[in-house]
Amino acid sequence: MSEKTVTRMDLSEAVFREVGLSRNESAQLVEGVLAHMSDALAAGDQVKISSFGTFSVRDKAARVGRNPKTGQEVPIHPRRVLTFRPSHLMKDRVAAGNKS
Amino acid sequence: MIRSELVQKIADENPHLYQRDVERIVSTIFDEIIDAMARGDRVELRGFGAFSVKKRDARTGRNPRTGESVQVEEKHVPFFKTGKLLRDRLNGK
Repeated sequence: MSEKTVTRMDLSEAVFREVGLSRNESAQLVEGVLAHMSDALAAGDQVKISSFGTFSVRDKAARVGRNPKTGQEVPIHPRRVLTFRPSHLMKDRVAAGNKS
Repeated sequence: MIRSELVQKIADENPHLYQRDVERIVSTIFDEIIDAMARGDRVELRGFGAFSVKKRDARTGRNPRTGESVQVEEKHVPFFKTGKLLRDRLNGK
């Protein structure tokens, strides 16, 4: 495995290569996509991207947690968490690409 | 929100772009993320989250219907961890 880290810069570079907009505009478009997805999720909506995957917001109930180091009980407040369910296409491509 | 609604929002903000170019831009972004994970790379998008590849060891599975043992090979699966900023936003912070 190569284990490189891909960032926003690499994504905007891909948009730049693929569509031929300026680097600056490509970067803004990547930002726009992430911002719209974040806004929808923050509003509690599900974000479903066909052939990529589904992001959904789940409500977690309050529970009593424990500090594993001290054993002390601490209340964990109700909260919202994000879960991502990859599409079949993503699962298949990731499995095929990393086969040893 | 589904893919086409996301494309529409980006198109509305960028009236100088053709709809089909916006579709290509959105597809390029998601394809690039999948390509990276298929190479075993990690995709880190600060504030949003990080996509990575996790290894699942080979195991002996069981067909729940027949109870028969089956050998499940080692495989790699996609994983997403929410970024701090987005996690805080989900909780109204």
